[in-house]
Amino acid sequence: MQRSKELIEQGHIWTFPGGIHPPERKYAAAEPIRELPLPERFILPLRQHIGEPADILVKPGDTVLKGQALTNSKQHGQLPVHAPSSGVVSSIGPARVAHPSGLADTCIIIEPDGNDRWGERQAYADYRNHDHATLLNHIQQSGIAGLGGAGFPTAQKLALQKPLDYLILNGVECEPYICADDRLMREYAAEIISGAEILMYLADIPKTLVAVEDNKPEAIKVLTEALQDHASITLRVVPTRYPSGGEKQLIQLLTGREVPSRGLPIDIGLVMQNVATAFAVKRAIIDGEPLLQRVVTATGEALQQPGNYWVRLGTPVAHVLNQAGFQAEPQQRVIMGGPMMGFALPDLTVPVVKITNCILAPSSRELPDAEPEMPCIRCGACADACPASLLPQQLYWHAKAKEFDELEQQNLFDCIECGACAYVCPSAIPLVHYYRKAKAEIRNIAREKAQAEVARERFEARQQRLEREQEERLERHRKAAEARKKSQAEAAKTTGKDPQDAVKAALARAKARRAKQQAQSSSDDDS
Amino acid sequence: MTFRIAPAPHTKPARTTGQVMRLVCYALIPGALAHYVIFGPGIIIQLLLAIITAVATEFLFTQARRRTSHNALADYSAVVTAVLLALSIPSLAPWWIIVIGTVFSIGIVKHLYGGIGQNIFNPAMAGYVVLLVSFPLQMTSWPLPTELSNFSVSFYDAAQLIFSGYTADGYNVQQLKAGVDGISMATPLDTLKTGLSQQLTTPEITNNPIFSGIAGVGWQLLNAAFLLGGLALIATRVISWHIPVGLMLGLAVPALIGSAIAPDQSIGLFMHLFSGATMLGAFFIATDPVSAATSNRGRLYFGLLIGFLVYVIRTWGGYPDGVAFAVLLANMCVPIIDKYSQPTVYGHKGSSS
Repeated sequence: MQRSKELIEQGHIWTFPGGIHPPERKYAAAEPIRELPLPERFILPLRQHIGEPADILVKPGDTVLKGQALTNSKQHGQLPVHAPSSGVVSSIGPARVAHPSGLADTCIIIEPDGNDRWGERQAYADYRNHDHATLLNHIQQSGIAGLGGAGFPTAQKLALQKPLDYLILNGVECEPYICADDRLMREYAAEIISGAEILMYLADIPKTLVAVEDNKPEAIKVLTEALQDHASITLRVVPTRYPSGGEKQLIQLLTGREVPSRGLPIDIGLVMQNVATAFAVKRAIIDGEPLLQRVVTATGEALQQPGNYWVRLGTPVAHVLNQAGFQAEPQQRVIMGGPMMGFALPDLTVPVVKITNCILAPSSRELPDAEPEMPCIRCGACADACPASLLPQQLYWHAKAKEFDELEQQNLFDCIECGACAYVCPSAIPLVHYYRKAKAEIRNIAREKAQAEVARERFEARQQRLEREQEERLERHRKAAEARKKSQAEAAKTTGKDPQDAVKAALARAKARRAKQQAQSSSDDDS
Repeated sequence: MTFRIAPAPHTKPARTTGQVMRLVCYALIPGALAHYVIFGPGIIIQLLLAIITAVATEFLFTQARRRTSHNALADYSAVVTAVLLALSIPSLAPWWIIVIGTVFSIGIVKHLYGGIGQNIFNPAMAGYVVLLVSFPLQMTSWPLPTELSNFSVSFYDAAQLIFSGYTADGYNVQQLKAGVDGISMATPLDTLKTGLSQQLTTPEITNNPIFSGIAGVGWQLLNAAFLLGGLALIATRVISWHIPVGLMLGLAVPALIGSAIAPDQSIGLFMHLFSGATMLGAFFIATDPVSAATSNRGRLYFGLLIGFLVYVIRTWGGYPDGVAFAVLLANMCVPIIDKYSQPTVYGHKGSSS
């Protein structure tokens, strides 16, 4: 461990197994980040992060100001969303959201009034005079989630109290086409570094490593200059190889450490944040701006002005594409995210959300349609490309056969779904698709099992209760009978009479009455 | 407007299965040329017969299994099997040998097990073994290398021999095997095996003119040509180095030990490596991805096992060469090799699972 730390300090770059070199095509990085005009309406999904949606604070017809919280995060796991501009809440209801399923989720629809008027803003420019809890709460209330793609609430990540060695700022951006972080680093390096300092202060981290892939010489140059008088923050240039920007792979590259399976980076003394997240944290703490917008790469040969844009969250994809000069082909594909891990959109009403880093509208020439899926020939190209050292073809066979135990034994859940295996597959098998499906099925089975377990426990508890009640009832009856017997016996003792005598007397009386009735009825017959 | 929905990644394979298989075919060209130079034009007829039979069998079986024949033929795997089998059999064997072998390889070994990707055994080698066991005479009648032979076999002669059993001049294959001194000669490995079993020493046996060079006339050139093609496959990343290196190590280490202990009774390192089907087996046959082990470590074990089995069969077995048997035996061990050669997955270092 000590030696490895020395190596880290010396700037040693480790390596990870597998990986691929897809064509980079980051041509959208040539132009500076541009502003977009306001769209006609914003569609704000309540859930844009990993966790639960927060409670809605507004109702249709309400006037909202820019930066005003629309939802209220009270519980752990919730994260608020904010009005990206001033305007009126026109409706609240289900709308199609950015998810591979293309399903609808609850969204708040806002029609901007065009004034873009800010609401009240709270800043902590002198953040070192405030306690951690206040600042973390502010980051939480500013709606900041990891902007690299996972969307994990940033404050929650920082609040996990464990001793940390390094903060790793991820500016690797290894997916082809995407260059939003590249442009952000070139244009806002100082603010990213301020954000890193805030993060280091909040989580008591002594040092920061900023990682950039060596295909971004401009960003490297700007960062090197900006970091000259920051002793605790150092730049690390990593070789260009997909997926070096994956959290686990980047940790391996910079520290030689491996995040334990089912563990987190904090378990090995590390925390990772995307450069755009650091930027958002700086804006929230120093300038009092909640997360309202992000840089989105709009690119692909179907666009006449590919480039990077400041896009307000909730902006429909169609608006971004139209501003970038979208000329759709018949059978056009529009992908949210990069070509390796992004998903195809069913239509263009889907809004840009916190985790949207790229909108890709490729021509069929640059990204031709997938070939028909052919049988696996077990060539093993996938295993050579896998950065997690899995055996993708074995996973594929087991996933196809629904052998879930085998899949878990082959560590399916350590797959990071980077798509390197599917990229190299000569049989054009959408391998990751099989793994996602298998993972979902395994999770479903686990959930059903848990539900069945709960149902079984409830049933057994009910059975026990019924049995207990029955026993109690019997016991009560038994006790009552005993008490009766006892009292009768006692009564007999005190009066000297057998309690049975009264019964006998009553029986004799009844007999005599019946005999009398019979005698009467027979005399009636006679008359 | 309709949008196309497709799962990620939104890319096209860099190299399709068909391209991979075609590259294997191209890498076999040096070997086939050497074969032509050494054993005459018979190989051309055998290759043609094998490819035609393979394509016809693939078509019929995919039709019978109600699969799209186009996809099956476009992957070129049947052609690769056919070419490997044609290069493995004696080049003047009668036509029905290659036809039966190819039909068995494609139809029985591949399609009856579920088609490409599903077969347990290497199709070409299973076909070869069926032929060797069923028709031992035809399958061991290797013609003499042209430079040792009294006869030069023309294309016309080869066609006559393959289709009727006799050349236009009335010679049969056995007669053509006679050397300059009129005594029938076998392959170097066969000659060694027979000689050693008659208590001759290795130096006595290798006095024979067929042993000039490091591993016998003709066969050393043939193996060198397959080695060249194989290296090209590694360079183009069609195959990894693990199986060929494993196989050669598995063969070379026992061969060296054997030569050190009993130099007069053993075959010798170069003879092992550059004679018989060693190089063809190491680079083209054992590397068949479908029937080989999956992980790189597993492939190394798989290669070592084949090499060792080849040594065992050549030294103590009943057949002069053993590549086909060794490959099939190793194919049977693949599930257990795979089970114990699974690489350590990211994040599992230090844990037992």
